[in-house]
Amino acid sequence: MADTPKPEKTARINHIPPLMKGWMDTPVEIKPGIYCYGAKPKNTKAVGMPYPKEWNPTDDDWQLPENWKDIIDEGLRDRRDKYRSMKLFMDICVRCGACADKCHFFIGSGDPKNMPVLRAELFRSVYRKKFTLGGKIFGKFAGARDLDEDVLKEWWYYLYQCTECRRCSIFCPYGIDTAEVTILGRELTNLVGLNIDWIAGPVANCNRTGNHLGIQPHAYIDMLDFFVDEIEDITGLRMEPDINRKGAEILFVTPSGDVFADPGTFTAMGYLMLFHYLKSLGLDITWSTYASEGGNFGFFTSHEMAKRLNAKMYSEAERLGVKWILGGECGHMWRVINQYMDTFNGPPDFMEEPVSPITGTKFKNANATKLVHIVEFTADLMKHNKLKLDKSRNDHLKVTFHDSCNTARAMGFLEEPRYVLNNVCNNFYEMPPNTIREQTFCCGSGSGLNAGENMEVRMRGGLPRANAVKYVHEKFGVNMLSCICAIDRAVLPNSMDYWVPGVDVCGLHELVANALVFEGEKKRTLDLRAEYLPGMEDEEDV
Amino acid sequence: MNFIISILFSGIAVSVIVLIPWICIGAIDGAFMRSLFGIIIPYAAIATFLIGIVVRVISWSRSPVPFRIPTTAGQEWSFPWIKSNPIDNPKGMGGVILRMIFEVLLFRSLFRNTRLEYLNDENGPKINYEWEKWLWLAALAFHYSFLVIFLRHFRFFLDPIPGFVHVLESLDGFMQLGIIPFNGFGMPGVYITDGLLLAAVTYLFVRRIYIHQVRYISLPADYFPLFIILGLGLTGVLMRYAIRVDITAVKELSISLFQFSPKVPDGIGVIFFIHLFLLCVLIAYFPFSKLMHMAGIFLSPTRNMANNNRFKRHVNPWNYPVKFHTYAAYEDEFREKMIEAGIPVDKGVEATSESGKKE
Amino acid sequence: MSIKQQLIEKKDLIIKTWRSALLGSYPEATQRFLIREKDQFANPVGQSIHKNISGIYHALIEDEDFDTVSSNLEEIIKIRAVQDFIPSDALLFIFQLKSIIRSSLDFKSIGNSSVNELNSLDVRIDELALKAFDIYSMCRQKLYEIRVNEVQNQVGSLLKRANLTVEIPD
Repeated sequence: MADTPKPEKTARINHIPPLMKGWMDTPVEIKPGIYCYGAKPKNTKAVGMPYPKEWNPTDDDWQLPENWKDIIDEGLRDRRDKYRSMKLFMDICVRCGACADKCHFFIGSGDPKNMPVLRAELFRSVYRKKFTLGGKIFGKFAGARDLDEDVLKEWWYYLYQCTECRRCSIFCPYGIDTAEVTILGRELTNLVGLNIDWIAGPVANCNRTGNHLGIQPHAYIDMLDFFVDEIEDITGLRMEPDINRKGAEILFVTPSGDVFADPGTFTAMGYLMLFHYLKSLGLDITWSTYASEGGNFGFFTSHEMAKRLNAKMYSEAERLGVKWILGGECGHMWRVINQYMDTFNGPPDFMEEPVSPITGTKFKNANATKLVHIVEFTADLMKHNKLKLDKSRNDHLKVTFHDSCNTARAMGFLEEPRYVLNNVCNNFYEMPPNTIREQTFCCGSGSGLNAGENMEVRMRGGLPRANAVKYVHEKFGVNMLSCICAIDRAVLPNSMDYWVPGVDVCGLHELVANALVFEGEKKRTLDLRAEYLPGMEDEEDV
Repeated sequence: MNFIISILFSGIAVSVIVLIPWICIGAIDGAFMRSLFGIIIPYAAIATFLIGIVVRVISWSRSPVPFRIPTTAGQEWSFPWIKSNPIDNPKGMGGVILRMIFEVLLFRSLFRNTRLEYLNDENGPKINYEWEKWLWLAALAFHYSFLVIFLRHFRFFLDPIPGFVHVLESLDGFMQLGIIPFNGFGMPGVYITDGLLLAAVTYLFVRRIYIHQVRYISLPADYFPLFIILGLGLTGVLMRYAIRVDITAVKELSISLFQFSPKVPDGIGVIFFIHLFLLCVLIAYFPFSKLMHMAGIFLSPTRNMANNNRFKRHVNPWNYPVKFHTYAAYEDEFREKMIEAGIPVDKGVEATSESGKKE
Repeated sequence: MSIKQQLIEKKDLIIKTWRSALLGSYPEATQRFLIREKDQFANPVGQSIHKNISGIYHALIEDEDFDTVSSNLEEIIKIRAVQDFIPSDALLFIFQLKSIIRSSLDFKSIGNSSVNELNSLDVRIDELALKAFDIYSMCRQKLYEIRVNEVQNQVGSLLKRANLTVEIPD
């Protein structure tokens, strides 16, 4: 058998010995399933972003403005002078590689340019050429390169393959935060009219209608009414949510995804039920159709856009004259609230220190922003035994908890959700330690990457998280993945569908509402999803 | 640019740096060369080092920190009945200082990189250290050896030799008691840190080639300082254990440098000048390189800030007002539909017709 | 020694070669991570290859029905179906097995029956390839299904709930 072909011969995979090829000499290839569609001009125009145009990332010509290099140059200079983080993170990386294998996109794809250090180097190389002596003199030998169209395309391709989850930053000995690099990098791409439509569209819609789908106020009410009907079917009680009511004590703001898409809708029903339960105990709360989006896709565009969208919250609170704001379960909404909101649009002096009207607890940790997280609000109620709960109603569920990147690594909101979970269900199983809490893996679709056209990259990015879920699914029979983030609720069902069929996704307040025992309710046979509660399968559904 | 070119480039650069004093002192020699390499270059290098660092740090601090963006690696401060993690998620200055101390002195974030794995094999439970552990250890060994060696060098700068130097030397040299119980053969006491430093530098270099991901991201700027430090260490070790130089003369030179009345005594061997020149290049290169992480770590906004935005306002010095979509504009657009759906509005129906007329 | 005996005897070597051929399809900078990182949560791709390849090989040489290893195949292919591979490259590893086995066999010690044995082995591998093809198609189909579901969930249920559609009653 002299002719036996060698395995390498069959391997048609294009094997340029990458050993000999540095990353700078490996040009970017824009691949379907990975990239998101370019922003439509109507969306960028609607919010006044520069250079609106119809463009397709797979085209050779990206229709850049003639002076695009100057624009980027100016943008870089401007940001260097405004953000110490940028200057520092460009200067001090030693390329130790501690972050390299911490990114879910790298783990799932194996694409070396998804290593956080390299994602930043794409950027740093240009910075060196422009601003450092060594870069100017030694060029490539100093790791510096000129900015040209291919480099810009490479930036764009990889900046929109980062979910700003900050997992790498936890492991960096100098705290270099790739999210910060991505945020500033995306700002630059926006300066020359390069955004993705899945971000630009929601931004334009949120700006105008207050939610990412462009649903008008009356339809928003229809949705809430629909929930009220559903809840009545399940509990026999009729919720009466207040909308845009002046003089209420508390304004409730939640991501609009909870109101419009399953399974977030069940979480929204949970909120409605909790508020109704507390009404007789003294809760005075209103929803708003104007500030109906807690999430902030502006944050995935630029700091300025984030500020513009975020401004609505305080503005509405002032108009309605509320004392403080209660915020729903959401990831990046809370990153913005915790790390940016007061600085952006504060101080909200027209409000008061948040105090729970039911327990009297002062939320001292929310003294400045006046925004309380609904999970800490509920945890406080539970601590004071203000809620009558029947845990066994969630006995059909074996639950695990996914820490959202933003609440975990930009806030440190770790114990409150677990406390709530332990109060509403009997079967709670943690995923392995290096996949939860501050080391949590991203859902794979955060920071505006939950478009449809990039499903492959989303699935890759979701693999590390799904893999940990699969482990508890197989080991403990976990069938419910709970989380406190609207994007998680929108994207994890897909990830589960692909990687771990048999696991559903829910928000915490869906489980809370399942367990909540109302006075005068009819015999509960169904959970919020209209599925039979354990032991109720034989009951007649009324 | 691939890693071979990177290594060659850095290697050649360092070889040239070694050759320069070797030729200038060893072959050409003369009073001028000796004062050039013994006085002028050291002064220039120290000046570059000090000024460079100050300029760089000032440049960093001139860019403001518009937002408070700490990375939180533990439970935040909330209710009294929830245990918070004051170090990994500091609430105030005290926590930040502790976090920075752990970060700077113990490389805490790098340590987090480590994973201890408990494996059960036929011989019972076994602990498996992942390779990340080695990076942390090598980094620690490298930095601390460097520090100890630097402090030990004070015996050459100060007269009389300060007490801490003696303590360090005896601690650092304790090994010789165990290994060679007698002094003899003209061998001076062996310092642990000498070996540690060389081993750590070698490890840091080897892992750059051996670990593919790291090899892929490495630049000449990563190999160059490693080679310089390796050269520095090797020449130092050679001087101590093999090619002896006149220590008294060296000390005379260094003390004269620090007293700003420099003079180069005769009889200092060429190897010392190579050693000194490598050091000069290293410190002159320092402010322009990634070595600035030494100062940068103190300014890193994700580590040196408290996670207290929700109860303590942070001000952005360049904050500017933005135009946002106001409620009034929103109501103008949707007023009729809102009224129809029973949503309270600020202005009545008449406002709708008015705004309609305006358009 | 018959081919089958050799396949059993040399299984460690063949599995190892097969595994590295599969890993060889990933960028060079990544391979070491995929091989070395032993934590299944930090390295799901590498560990899945590690675990599943030997399962598939055992089924092959034990003449087991491939249905028993479809979950092993699925785990590997599911990942490759969303990575940067064109379909033929995604499944190439199955076909590579033929040449890997051939190059590790010692043909001198095999009797005359070898041709037949080799042929039937090829048939088995072809069978495996067909199975892999089914799984790959299923994964891609699933992806598109997810895409469609997502759009429907975003818009479809919304229209229904806002009472903008009427449903045909049962």
